Amino acid sequence: MKMKYFVLAFAWLSTCTLFSQDYFPKNDGVKAENNNYTALTHARIYVSPSQVIEDGTLLIRNGKVVSVGTNVNIPANSVRIDLKGKYIYPSFIDVYSTFGVEQPKRPSGGGRSAQYDPSREGFYWNDHIMPEADAINSFTYNDKDAKALREAGFGVVNSHIQDGIARGSGVLIALRAEGNDAERIVDDNSAQYFSFDRSIIKNQSYPTSLMGAMALLRQMYNDASWYQKGMVATKDRSLEALIENRGMMQIFAAGDAGHVLRADKIGDAFGVQYAILGGGNEFEMIDEIKATNAKLIIPLNFPDAYDVSDPFQADYVALKDMRYWNQAPSNPKVLAENGVAFSITLHDLKSPSELKDKLAKAITYGLSETKALEALTTVPASILGKSDLIGSLQAGRYANFLITSGNVFDKETTLYENWVQGQKHIVNPMDQKDIRGTYDLRVSGETYELAISGEPSKPKAEIKQDTVKIESKFKYDGDWVTLTLTTPDEEVYRMTARITPGEDNLSGRVLLPNGGDSTFSAAKKAGPEEKSSEKKEEVAGPPVVMPVKFPNVGYGYAQRKTAEDILFRNATVWTGESEGILQNTDVLVRNGKIARIGQNLSPGSAKVIDATGKHLTAGIIDEHSHIAGLAINEAGQNSSAEVKMTDVVDPKDMDLYRNLAGGVTTVQLLHGSANPIGGRSAILRLKWGESADKLIFENSPKFIKFALGENVKQSNWSSNSRFPQTRMGVEQVFVNYFQRAKEYDALKKSGKPYRYDEEMEVLAEILNGERFISCHSYVQSEINMLMKVAEKFGFRVNTFTHILEGYKVADKMAEHGVGGSTFSDWWAYKFEVNDAIPYNAAIMASEGVTVAINSDDAEMSRRLNQEAGKTIKYGGMSEEEAWKTVTLNPAKLLHIDDRVGSIKVGKEADLVLWNAHPMSVYAKAEKTLIQGVTYFDLEEDKALREAIKKERSQLVKMMIDEKNGGSKTQRPVQRKKERFNCDSL
Amino acid sequence: MKNLKYIALALFIGFYQNTSGQQTPAPAQSEVISVTGATAHIGDGTVIENCTLVFENGKISALGAGVSPQGRVINATGKHVYPGFIAPGKSLGLIEINAVRASDDQDEIGSLIPHVRSLIAYNAESKVVESMRPNGVLIGQITPQGGRISGTSSIVQFDAWNWEDAAVKVDDGIHLNWPNTFRRGRWWLGEDRGYQPNKDYQEQVEEVLSFLKNARVYGNGQGAPVNPAFEASQGLFNGSKRLYVYAQDEKQIVDAITSLKETGIDKMVLVGGYHAHRVTDLLKKHNIPVLVNFTHTLPEFDDDDYDFTFKLPKMLVDAGLLVALQNAEASNFQTRNLPFYAGQVVGQGLDKEVALQLISGNSAKILGIDDSYGTLATGKSATFFISEGDALDMRGNQLTHAFIDGREISLETHQTELWKRYMGKYNAD
Repeated sequence: MKMKYFVLAFAWLSTCTLFSQDYFPKNDGVKAENNNYTALTHARIYVSPSQVIEDGTLLIRNGKVVSVGTNVNIPANSVRIDLKGKYIYPSFIDVYSTFGVEQPKRPSGGGRSAQYDPSREGFYWNDHIMPEADAINSFTYNDKDAKALREAGFGVVNSHIQDGIARGSGVLIALRAEGNDAERIVDDNSAQYFSFDRSIIKNQSYPTSLMGAMALLRQMYNDASWYQKGMVATKDRSLEALIENRGMMQIFAAGDAGHVLRADKIGDAFGVQYAILGGGNEFEMIDEIKATNAKLIIPLNFPDAYDVSDPFQADYVALKDMRYWNQAPSNPKVLAENGVAFSITLHDLKSPSELKDKLAKAITYGLSETKALEALTTVPASILGKSDLIGSLQAGRYANFLITSGNVFDKETTLYENWVQGQKHIVNPMDQKDIRGTYDLRVSGETYELAISGEPSKPKAEIKQDTVKIESKFKYDGDWVTLTLTTPDEEVYRMTARITPGEDNLSGRVLLPNGGDSTFSAAKKAGPEEKSSEKKEEVAGPPVVMPVKFPNVGYGYAQRKTAEDILFRNATVWTGESEGILQNTDVLVRNGKIARIGQNLSPGSAKVIDATGKHLTAGIIDEHSHIAGLAINEAGQNSSAEVKMTDVVDPKDMDLYRNLAGGVTTVQLLHGSANPIGGRSAILRLKWGESADKLIFENSPKFIKFALGENVKQSNWSSNSRFPQTRMGVEQVFVNYFQRAKEYDALKKSGKPYRYDEEMEVLAEILNGERFISCHSYVQSEINMLMKVAEKFGFRVNTFTHILEGYKVADKMAEHGVGGSTFSDWWAYKFEVNDAIPYNAAIMASEGVTVAINSDDAEMSRRLNQEAGKTIKYGGMSEEEAWKTVTLNPAKLLHIDDRVGSIKVGKEADLVLWNAHPMSVYAKAEKTLIQGVTYFDLEEDKALREAIKKERSQLVKMMIDEKNGGSKTQRPVQRKKERFNCDSL
Repeated sequence: MKNLKYIALALFIGFYQNTSGQQTPAPAQSEVISVTGATAHIGDGTVIENCTLVFENGKISALGAGVSPQGRVINATGKHVYPGFIAPGKSLGLIEINAVRASDDQDEIGSLIPHVRSLIAYNAESKVVESMRPNGVLIGQITPQGGRISGTSSIVQFDAWNWEDAAVKVDDGIHLNWPNTFRRGRWWLGEDRGYQPNKDYQEQVEEVLSFLKNARVYGNGQGAPVNPAFEASQGLFNGSKRLYVYAQDEKQIVDAITSLKETGIDKMVLVGGYHAHRVTDLLKKHNIPVLVNFTHTLPEFDDDDYDFTFKLPKMLVDAGLLVALQNAEASNFQTRNLPFYAGQVVGQGLDKEVALQLISGNSAKILGIDDSYGTLATGKSATFFISEGDALDMRGNQLTHAFIDGREISLETHQTELWKRYMGKYNAD
């Protein structure tokens, strides 16, 4: 009964709310309003991170700030709260939360067959596009979670359903305990959310890959504008929602620095500036991040140190991961120093209570307190477009604020109260006395030493007698202390004492082991020890942060590489041109190009390299590679012409460096062979240390991967439900797509309105001779088929790659004008390579086909010089022709032979200096240059090896110190890169 | 049902036509043959220039610079003679086409199955086996794959009518995959996707040791009822079979050698040995030879030297160990590149003749067939080949003749026949 009255009373008190629902009937009493003011006086008030008022007053009423300042007129009907010595901050805001919104759960079990069609009707064709999802429909206020957030300092959070590629709209919630959703929901259409991750509860196959998700987003925007123009006769509730949500803030959950760039690029193409969730690794590519101009949402997911105390296990942790542990806490600082606007999110933390420590760490690593406060208040408010309502304490804003004992970022500071919409929530009692210190405890004739320490509001106690620790339990709650002491003889004394104002000593009743009771006393000897903070200051100093390398992995360079003018003196020069192999010849590299070839050339200002006894060749070009790709196959449909490998370039892939060490300068990063029409290629220069975009060959000719045979008909898959399942069907896929592309192109050229279809655009480029096909192929029948299909549609296939039975139709290939890019000696791994022979290259070449040797394999790619040598063994190609199979011929096949592939005056200086005959199994690349920049140098490699050893041992020591210091650690992990080939899904 | 039957039949016919051996095995040596004028690479680290090699009844009868030729003479002036190369740890002839399950006989189910024998499943007519010969790879250790103890291998030569003909050494060794210290995180249980310490490592090691201890004491008993796995293991304790232990990292190697020595295993070979260079003293102390990983692999760890796998064999040789190369982790068809794996080490500064030992003399010693194979010596099997040039380099590896036990084998293959057939087509056009 009493309880009920208490609740009622509280409810009445709390009706001083923003929205008095005055049109709601009231049948449990009479209507009453509370229009009194609350004045919080004498506080240090952070009106905003940059505006601080000493000894100020915050006047609030009906949940909002009425006025703030040092000269505030306090009306007579004000409840005054004196906050002398205390601080007021705007409460924190999290833009990226799941609070209160039910999240989908990954269904258990698997083994379902592939689903290619959508499961919904009346929505977009792809189930992972769900802009119609409204978080508000899945929202239930949960005060337990809200309390945890309030205790971490949050007043408002923005929540959404974190599932799918288009995720629908979010809901902005004020975390007030009392009242109802009518008051809590600040905005039920607060933002529209996107990501690259498919829904965990939808089974539709497409997209299976990152580049597929990117293409899907682009097509979604294109389809939306087509729909908006009224060109679609049927109902699409997804697109309607997407269009409706356009007015909201647009937030992209990228979750990684590279993905931030990818998301921003999609936004740029459609006039959308997303605010983007980062991954915590933005410092690694800060220049590119800054250039996006996007506001970021940054998690403080600093990794724990690896437990490297077992040296065997430590071996498995890569330097890049150790270094990342060391560098990650500096991410917020680097962002702030580079002027990137960012908010801080609780996302990726295990619980809101971790925030305080993580913030402290970020600040120790150089983040300014002002920037930290901005990241928790004004920036998230601006990301949400709600700066006029939240994030600061100017008049008219919500009365969402924190009352603390001091600087909110100090470890020792206590958060007393978190007010949301003018409603007070006590986190720690404000007027609780600080009882920390040491006492002489006298109980039942014995004297003990009682030491109370820790946080003032949640102190710990330790009891000793003659330096021997005595078992005890201690609690300080409100004004009461309870203390239980168990003597070594197992006698239990239970004590309670009430704290008396103005009295430092404790005294109260004690229940004795014999059941009787008595009194005890504890006389205070000294205040709390300050030792710990002094100690900290001694060791404190800026933490050691390892410099970021380019790229930020073990073999990264300290600085990005730049071009030099170089004269190679007295080399054996494999020109790859009609000049053949020139002995004792000089090659001058100037401004990234080959300036002169001759004898006794004058170096001018160029650096001279003695190449006596060495061989200088053009850089190796691998026509078929899957290194430096974050994904390889978009296997969700039988055509994926809309996807681009340039979207998924990974400039940190170690195989780039290893390829350079094998003399490789250019690769074609191809889509895989999971479907007849694959994705668009990326032609990459292996510029180790540069960003993904700078790896892409300038003005790359346009390429696309096609595929034939076992892979596209899913011969070796567990699911066999996609068309085509036979080579017969493969032809029909091509004919159908090209016919549609032809019709599409005709419509487009007619000037009539047409639905922009990225896939059709790409296929039309092929028909128009603007894009070249590199087709994965094995047996002669299918090779012949594709040539006939191409001829029917009036174009030529550019390259057959793998082309293992090319030798059987080499005459037809020569006639068609297609090149062949093949393995030197692979076979027997699939049924369709039964007749693959190592003489293939030589036979095709003899029929006049332009022949290249490729790898499709990160290991072989770095030995392509040797693989070229095998064409001499198998089929007797001449040395010069053999060498061209990995240089000039692939350059021709890629239409870049006017720039690279041979040593010719005017061509770009993509060069390799070998210590021996370049096709010898004994040869080593000593220097590898791209456009005159030495990206690999054997001498520098030695220095890198030493630097790696040194940095590893430094970091291992730091991590062991961290562990010994009592910090949490994680088990050692080896993050092995997944290596791709054509079949990788 | 009917359809399926037809499909199966069609597959069988197609398959049968495609997998029959192409070359007829050579008849026994019928006359004395002499190879003259060659540079003979003996396989023990030495070279004899202008060498004459005489062989009869399948055995080398004379060898040297001053030896007078007899019988049929093959003039090999300017050419090179090598002992037939030896490929350890392969499932050649146990699987024909990786992606065709019906052609796969390399991995039996079960974890501790030493009684499973490779020899009886060895397809002497495999097209993949045949393709080894034109590159000089003439002998292989046919090895079951997978599991903890994969089974028992046998050593064969690559020109035979059937597995009995092929056998050089029957049931030569048992192959043990030592437990991994790290394994991929079970991400579906919420673990990190990366490789993490294997929590079951100790337990898995105990399982192996307990098996071997039991196998040993079983041998002291009546042997009834027969336990096939224990029975098959007896050779490990009397020296008639070698134990091939596959282990890569330092802890694995140290644990394997230390604990296996205590179980009474007589002859042990380390296979893999990625970190063997760190524990060379231990390996030497216990006289453990190493069948080291082939060179055409990528480094296991990001921070490793880019050429680590190229030079590891040299590091072990320099430390004084008995070393040979294996490519157990590669596809079988790759095994014809064995000579080039050895050539790769030469680029790292290893002497060419020492590199040759890694695929000939040393391999034979480690596999226990050095009484007949692996080097060129009087009294040994005439298993060798003649190459136009340096057989360890792609450009020089051009075989003109090859002999197994004195039988002159064909250097044609399914592949050379297709080459010739299609060149013939184009030349006629």
